[in-house]
Amino acid sequence: MRSPHRTSPGPGTPSLAPLVRDSSLVWVASGVVGLSFGAISVAGGLPVWVPVVMSLLVYAGSAQFSAVGVLLAGGGPFAAAATGLLLNTRTAAFSLAVADLLGPGRAARFLGAHLVTDETVAFALAQPDPARRRAAFWVSGLGLFAVWNAGVAAGALAGTALGDTAAYGLDAAFPAVLVALVLPALREDTRLRRPAALGALLALAATPFVPAGLPVLLALAALPLYGLHGKGGAAR
Amino acid sequence: MSATAAAILVLAAGTYAFRLVGPALHGRVTLPDRVRELLTAGAVVLLVALLATGALTEGGGFAGWARPAGVLAGAALAWRRAPFAVVVLGAAGVTAVLRAVGVG
Repeated sequence: MRSPHRTSPGPGTPSLAPLVRDSSLVWVASGVVGLSFGAISVAGGLPVWVPVVMSLLVYAGSAQFSAVGVLLAGGGPFAAAATGLLLNTRTAAFSLAVADLLGPGRAARFLGAHLVTDETVAFALAQPDPARRRAAFWVSGLGLFAVWNAGVAAGALAGTALGDTAAYGLDAAFPAVLVALVLPALREDTRLRRPAALGALLALAATPFVPAGLPVLLALAALPLYGLHGKGGAAR
Repeated sequence: MSATAAAILVLAAGTYAFRLVGPALHGRVTLPDRVRELLTAGAVVLLVALLATGALTEGGGFAGWARPAGVLAGAALAWRRAPFAVVVLGAAGVTAVLRAVGVG
């Protein structure tokens, strides 16, 4: 998606240092959000194992926050599971987009599937060639999994000692990460701009009226606009 | 098994099933080029929708001014091709400073 003229170390040997440097910022931000997730869950009255096991098995930040939110509000376990599932339906679309990056082996595909998150998909798709996409997916995915779960465990054990994490402005870091990662694609492939803009408007307009998770999926209704206007950038 | 444990297991199994859709189909179905192109475009459309709702909304309502201002600062830095670290820290920094001075 970036300049095709850039010199590269050749397919199969992407340089890992820039990938680690860029994703480490996301790991740190995610670790602090994980801390607050663990702390909020335990402070609300849930036992320590709930946020820890949920983070290992479910491994999806926004779905975990809303599931725990429903539990703490007394909404019942099935309402909590349903809310989280609705939020995670988008990972099906993401897993289709990165399926060929996970690796040829059965084990790599089953393990890699668990690492499909908003951040890893954005990181992978922002890379210019398949070898680097694969490296970006695994580097950002394994690091994010380790730091997120360590953060949640630490937060659950520390309880409420952390204070109000909104003061650090981390809630602005994640949307900014997504901006930085999708901007090259939007620059390169002008056909993406209309569906992306219309999709974002649809999602924003629907947010006050429909359950969490649906607005983002509604953005896909703008996808038929892709390829109707503008010139192509050959995404792959 | 407690109801909470059951809810976690249902959520975990369902989420993993969603994530397995792509890898499970991969290699079994040969997708036409146009479909593959649409899948990549669809992922970008989803990510842009996520960033828009993540920047502007919280719990179904407006997220307040501090967060979108920080994201906008990050977007401006990214547009000027600033390094990734500068974009992320700039966005968080602007939001944190605005909150420190009392902007919601």
